[in-house]
Amino acid sequence: MGILNKHGIIERNGTLLMVLSLLVVTIGGLVEIVPLFYLQNTIEDVEGMRPYTPLELAGRDIYIREGCYVCHSQMIRPIRDEVERYGHYSLAAESQYDHPFQWGSKRTGPDLARVGGRYSDAWHVAHLTDPRAVVPVSIMPTYQWMKEVPLQPDMISDVVATNAFVGTPYTQDMLDNAAADVMTQLDPDSADVDGFLARYPDANVRNFDGLEGATEMDALIAYLQVLGTMVDFSTFEPEENR
Amino acid sequence: MAKKPVKKEDPKTTGHSWDGIEEFNNPLPRWWLWTLYLTIIWGIAYVIAYPAWPLINGATPGLLGYSSRIEVKNDIEAANAALEGLNTRIVEADLTAIESDEELLNYAKRGGAAIFFTNCAQCHGEGGAGADGFPNLNDDDWLWGGSIEDIHLTISHGIRDETDYDGRVGDMLAFGDDQMLEPEQIDILAAYVPSLSGAEVDPAIAEEGQALFLDNCAACHTDDGSGDVFVGSADLADHIWLYGDGDEETIRQTITHGRKGLMPSWTGKLTEAQIRMVAVYVHTLGAE
Repeated sequence: MGILNKHGIIERNGTLLMVLSLLVVTIGGLVEIVPLFYLQNTIEDVEGMRPYTPLELAGRDIYIREGCYVCHSQMIRPIRDEVERYGHYSLAAESQYDHPFQWGSKRTGPDLARVGGRYSDAWHVAHLTDPRAVVPVSIMPTYQWMKEVPLQPDMISDVVATNAFVGTPYTQDMLDNAAADVMTQLDPDSADVDGFLARYPDANVRNFDGLEGATEMDALIAYLQVLGTMVDFSTFEPEENR
Repeated sequence: MAKKPVKKEDPKTTGHSWDGIEEFNNPLPRWWLWTLYLTIIWGIAYVIAYPAWPLINGATPGLLGYSSRIEVKNDIEAANAALEGLNTRIVEADLTAIESDEELLNYAKRGGAAIFFTNCAQCHGEGGAGADGFPNLNDDDWLWGGSIEDIHLTISHGIRDETDYDGRVGDMLAFGDDQMLEPEQIDILAAYVPSLSGAEVDPAIAEEGQALFLDNCAACHTDDGSGDVFVGSADLADHIWLYGDGDEETIRQTITHGRKGLMPSWTGKLTEAQIRMVAVYVHTLGAE
């Protein structure tokens, strides 16, 4: 039995036990995690995905700050009931620019992975202001004060830079214009709309909350209206072996 | 009860001794041991049958060829196949003929109700009663027409949804913000408009208001204020108000800032059969 009788050495030596335990856990981790980074069938390349605009990114931060993920998931599972209710099941690639992802784990409210474009901006304003005004049975809190809190484009600029730092492919052009793009996306008549749309193809450009100035309401609605809309599922053919 | 006799046999120990404490080396319970063996066999079978080990180019696919994507695709295809007959019939049928076919009508009303609760009730309310700014679908007042064809077009392509070029277009202009009318003129109009639906107003205001109305509003709302479904202008003479309840303040805001209520296009989000079902459902709620 030779080596099998030597476990007494490890059991009597705390430091050695810890080092070897760490080694075992590390091997387990490497085997489970590393393949996800190189296996082609876990890295699905999907057309249409682009980094969030600065305004959308600001909205995403508000979404996280307010803990929306506590009650709303952003993950349509590949189950017929979910696909029929919410639309095409979520793809991993659709979360590729989310740091961190907002899949969530609980649905007190509905899934929001494809809420973009389903309701009008005015509905979102009415609903966030007072959910009961449009959905009498809703238990969602009110967020009417977001209409009064101005955005800080310089800070959003930093948020974009931070996301670039952790790996979102923001170009230098995008970083340089980040603060200005917050305002550009809110005004279809502003000078740099073409440049903005070249940086962020198919982004929604409009005054989301219908009020003057850039508010948190604008940012949150801009974020909600882009959710799940980047990939065109009329042309997207999912690979089956995933 | 008599106590069971205590086993005399001295169990063996593992030979380990920590500060004089020894460890028995009793055999594992049989049921536990066999459960352990079974889980090992189950684990091996699972690895063979289902996708498991990551290799260089991909994970081992498993003998059963399982994939959650294939499974959901098969589920959806099976469900669609079960409804294919009805769905084909409802898509191929003339829109106006659906409601005279009892089977199709029943299918459309029930299926349409489910689709309505999932997708439409957020704005239009669970019973279709609407909310401030979101039209009531139970009444006979239709901004864009209440025939089945009109409802079908509205659901398919939306209203003022810029992502759909086939959608309905027509704006209530911002007469105040865009400086087409002076604030005093807007005040007069706001006071005059309720008279179209029978409210009593000061005769002087009525006269001045009518002149302003004919000059600025009648092109869309028609001379008597009854509206025009071709441009989606509201009927101002019917006591039914989309914004507010006919009060002067709301009317003043409407004239000053305009209204651009948006209904999203549902093409691509719903199938044609689903759109037709929900169109029939809405049509049966309250329609011409």
